[in-house]
Amino acid sequence: MTNLQWTEIVVFAILFLVVTVLGFVAARWQAGSTLDHLDEWGLGGRKFGSWITWFLVGGDLYTAYTFVAVPALVFGAGAMGFFALPYTVILYPIVFLPLLRMWSVSRVHGYVTPADYVRGRYGSSLLALLVAITGIVATMPYIALQLVGLEAVLRTMGFNGAGFLGHLPLLIAFVVLAVYTYQSGLRAPALIAFVKDILIYIVILVAVFYLPSKLGGWETIFNSAEAKFAATPAASDGVLLSPTNQLQYATLALGSALALFLYPHSLTGALASRGRNVIKRNMVALPAYSLLLGLLALLGFVAIQAASKPIVNQATGRPDTNTIVPVLFDQQFPAWFTGIAFAAIGIGALVPAAIMSIAAANLWTRNIYKEYIKKDADPKQEAKQAKLASLIVKFGAVLFILFVDPQFSIDLQLIGGVIILQTLPAVAISLYTRWFHRWALVAGWVVGMVAGFAMLYEIPNPAAGKAHFGGSALSLGQLSIFGWHPFSGVSTQIYVGFVALLVNLVVAVLVTWILRARNVDNGIDQTQDADYHADEGDPRLKEVAVH
Amino acid sequence: MSESPGKPGYGLRWNNWNLLLLVPLVMLITPLINFDGPHLFGMPFFYWSQFAFVIVGVLCVWIVYVKTKDEPVSHKPDRLSVDDLDEGDAK
Repeated sequence: MTNLQWTEIVVFAILFLVVTVLGFVAARWQAGSTLDHLDEWGLGGRKFGSWITWFLVGGDLYTAYTFVAVPALVFGAGAMGFFALPYTVILYPIVFLPLLRMWSVSRVHGYVTPADYVRGRYGSSLLALLVAITGIVATMPYIALQLVGLEAVLRTMGFNGAGFLGHLPLLIAFVVLAVYTYQSGLRAPALIAFVKDILIYIVILVAVFYLPSKLGGWETIFNSAEAKFAATPAASDGVLLSPTNQLQYATLALGSALALFLYPHSLTGALASRGRNVIKRNMVALPAYSLLLGLLALLGFVAIQAASKPIVNQATGRPDTNTIVPVLFDQQFPAWFTGIAFAAIGIGALVPAAIMSIAAANLWTRNIYKEYIKKDADPKQEAKQAKLASLIVKFGAVLFILFVDPQFSIDLQLIGGVIILQTLPAVAISLYTRWFHRWALVAGWVVGMVAGFAMLYEIPNPAAGKAHFGGSALSLGQLSIFGWHPFSGVSTQIYVGFVALLVNLVVAVLVTWILRARNVDNGIDQTQDADYHADEGDPRLKEVAVH
Repeated sequence: MSESPGKPGYGLRWNNWNLLLLVPLVMLITPLINFDGPHLFGMPFFYWSQFAFVIVGVLCVWIVYVKTKDEPVSHKPDRLSVDDLDEGDAK
């Protein structure tokens, strides 16, 4: 624990303290009649307006990990890392219409989670359970990764000890977070998101205008990046895409965009909004964050020009590329501003971590606890259960970071993106049509899942010395259908999640045909067509916090 | 539009403006953008063109939002509830 950066730590601590106070005060902010109901604790009373939703969803989707990992990827691989920009640009046009339908149907029936909706739509608790488990499993490593983002900052400030002591600051930050989330529910991250996002905007705008001018302008920066990538033996890196990774770039962007609103935490943010117009306005305004993310990604190139070196993680003994942007800030900015930048990233980890743990807790409570363990749970017991679950989820994530190599969380996050995509037919396509048979959706999920895992397992990463789970880019030549290689010898790469989703859809279509031909019962649909268009003020809407 | 808004039982509501939502997907066709020149502010075309697509995306979604704003929702706010009152309790 040497070289503590005191100025940075003091600024960081002050801002962290402000946020902590906000987190506790949030319980009383626009409070409803009770916090002992999931509508209130888990969805903030379902009444957030456009501004709150913009900050909340922005703070939720553009996480600390994104802000740390995307530039790190650009630093390491160049153009490929820039997929985050098209991903977050095409995201909004794609989800604009389905998200409105999801909001309306959830508001009419009082659904809190995507699995609630699937249960209502198909009358199948098995399908709902699969969606719930997929959601929880995909979210857990995502929470752990927020800690990776937070820790990257703490290590750069000098808290880079080995063993338990090295993790202590992280542990304290997370205990504080866990306690106010327990108390205030979704209102805590909603209020904190204001501080986080304003800090992030200030920091990044300063960074992208100040740093290039200090380091010789973008022309120079891109030239030195080109020189760096030309010197490496790898063919896939570079300032432009290579012939092999263009398809990977497009399918990764598309797959990630399709996956994002299947994650339970994204949906939590959307369901907490007051009405359809709030969501529509946000679909127009949220790309402001995409602009920010794109600019931030370019800081990966700036770090090349500045000759930044990632910090060696004392806990694992390897250089941690995720520290590249914190190191860049540390080198180039005065200490007080670095403190603000680090606080922005650190608080940026707390907001999504809180929302994710709430979303996972909602899934657990609604679709496992109430469905299988205590069927007669009243709203108060549900809220209590969800609060406890949010604690467990967060401490699970901390244990992950303490005892498991962070690389494992990154692998899991990669897998998470692939598996959450497998719920697309059940959660998103079903918003438009009930043509798919419920058992066909189950079959598609199972096969898509197996195919996704099998492909991920086969991908090596020679640079990191790994034989399996080395990334999400599958060479088409490796693609195997029961040993048959249809694209043998082709080195073009494609995103695994995209292929797995196609497999899932093919199976779902085939099984639907068979089951429909045999007139197998397709469950009871609780929803009506008009439910998908209901808006605020509609007498059909279910009252908030009443069961 | 031929549907009869206000009555339960109609499903999809289509508006041709919605097709604009497909335009931003053009940026996924990487052969169109994977070039070094021309540079803007020292940035290769690959980068600044994708930044330009942020604006394209916002415009497309915004136009769809504005053009579909007056679409009837499945109830008519306020006016309907007054009508309901006038009609009394008859169901």
